[in-house]
Amino acid sequence: MKIQQLSLFLENKPGHLRAICRTLAEAGINIVTLSLADTEQFGILRLIVRDWEKAKKALEQKDFVVNVTEVVATEVEDRPGGLSEILEMIEETGTNIEYMYAFTRRLNDRAVLVFRFDKPEAVIQLLQARNQNVLGAVDLFQDA
Amino acid sequence: MAGNCVVENRLWQAEEALPRTRLRELQLSRLRAAVARAAGVPFYRDAFRRAGVTPDAIRSLDALRRLPFTCKEDLRRHYPLGFLAVPRERVVRFHGSSGTTGKPTFVAYTRRDIETWADLCARFLVAGGLRPEHTVHVAFGYGLFTGGFGLHYGIERVGAAVVPGAGGDSRRQILLLTDLRADVLVCTPSYALRLAEVLEEESVPRGTLALRYAHFGAEPWTEDMRTRIERRLGILAFNNYGLSEVIGPGVSGECGYRDGMHVQEDHFLVECVDPDTLDPVDPGCPGELVFTTLTKEAFPLIRYRTRDIASLRSEPCPCGRTGVRMSRVTGRTDDMLIVRGVNVFPSQVETALLRVEGTAPHYLIEVRRPGAMDEVTVHVEVSPQTFSDRMSEMQALREQIVREIQSVTGLRMRVELVEPRTLERFSGKAKRVLDHRTAAP
Repeated sequence: MKIQQLSLFLENKPGHLRAICRTLAEAGINIVTLSLADTEQFGILRLIVRDWEKAKKALEQKDFVVNVTEVVATEVEDRPGGLSEILEMIEETGTNIEYMYAFTRRLNDRAVLVFRFDKPEAVIQLLQARNQNVLGAVDLFQDA
Repeated sequence: MAGNCVVENRLWQAEEALPRTRLRELQLSRLRAAVARAAGVPFYRDAFRRAGVTPDAIRSLDALRRLPFTCKEDLRRHYPLGFLAVPRERVVRFHGSSGTTGKPTFVAYTRRDIETWADLCARFLVAGGLRPEHTVHVAFGYGLFTGGFGLHYGIERVGAAVVPGAGGDSRRQILLLTDLRADVLVCTPSYALRLAEVLEEESVPRGTLALRYAHFGAEPWTEDMRTRIERRLGILAFNNYGLSEVIGPGVSGECGYRDGMHVQEDHFLVECVDPDTLDPVDPGCPGELVFTTLTKEAFPLIRYRTRDIASLRSEPCPCGRTGVRMSRVTGRTDDMLIVRGVNVFPSQVETALLRVEGTAPHYLIEVRRPGAMDEVTVHVEVSPQTFSDRMSEMQALREQIVREIQSVTGLRMRVELVEPRTLERFSGKAKRVLDHRTAAP
């Protein structure tokens, strides 16, 4: 129940982000959601796309260095408290959240969050036991 | 800088003005003794045998051409002390300079070598106006580097007072300069500019410092820099040259006319050769400087190739010193850089990167001097092996590279991770250095 996320290294300079996006566009890849973590000098761009293998190939052909990381996507009720309730559950597993970001679009009137955990299995188990909707690729990309 | 003598012209030792014929006789007898001393060193024993040379076969100074050259690689191959020519008990000092990879090149001194060294430094200090009643502030690092201790002993030999300011902390140096009223400053020229900057930043009124003279070395500098430093600090600045393998500072230095640096020819034979053919260049033309030590006991060197490029002039100098004058060093035959007075080789950076990543990635060393001090940025390409999705790991990678580079070179450099394939590729030897500093003398 994990999603494959692509991450790329990019320098914090004008035009570098656009170059990545143009490559994806030329390959006909639509970005479902993304997050850009920055330092003064460089950033890590994290992308979720529908066909990650095709996207990885297209990017590597243009000499980008691409990592693939497994992340967990879960639905969250789009109301005050939605996020803190999920986080409470995650805390019970004692797992560390490396980073998280939100999806750009909503599914079924719910917000979708993406997490990288150091122990994803433990979290998936617990969330499913609590009837939280952990999304797989099929769910995410139904209209991507 | 030809023109008049800017200080009272005094010799420290009479030998500085030996008539050339007497000098050549002295050099010849000392060369024989130096060859005899060097023959105790395995490298020279073998090289002399191959060349069919013995001390008594040296009947004129032309015989020098039959002696073997010595290169830095030869010294490195005999690490740590393969060139020591005396029993260990006679060594009273060790010093060293950076090697091309991680290990330094060690040099050694007997008591007599230390005395000689002190006199050689005294020569250029006195030529630049130093008097026994003066106080000299030494802002060179004290340690394995020959600059600090070399100048220190030379100053004490003259009878002047030393303030061992050593390296770093410009505000503290200025405090010492102000309160101890030093007349003379010794440091790298770029550090002098840095001090001038700090004085301006702190709005220190002109005349607060008692400085009148300065002696700069350890890195190349231009006439333009001399004018700038002199104006900003209100001093007269003198150039001196040396290298630790030959002895340290004291190989050559300017006199009051400041028109070239007199080589101390009673202690060192100097040649200027074409780095490819190894033939002597025409007089006055630039070439690689090669030194033979005539009096050193612990660590004699025969025809040591410095990889420094300069030219020699033998016209008599009005100061009366008869040692040939060398120009400023105008370049290197290898890829060595001098950054903040420290010798750095690109291969050292490569060694550091190898330690971190297991493979040497593509890198570029960029050197700038935005203000007074040199700044080095090493651009390192990220590779599939080193890229991590975790920000903390990328930060840690960067910091690890900075630490390894500092461990190998002694310098803290800025490290910038760059995207793969953004640094230029080369079909032949990679150009790993981009030096934006202008160094035209």
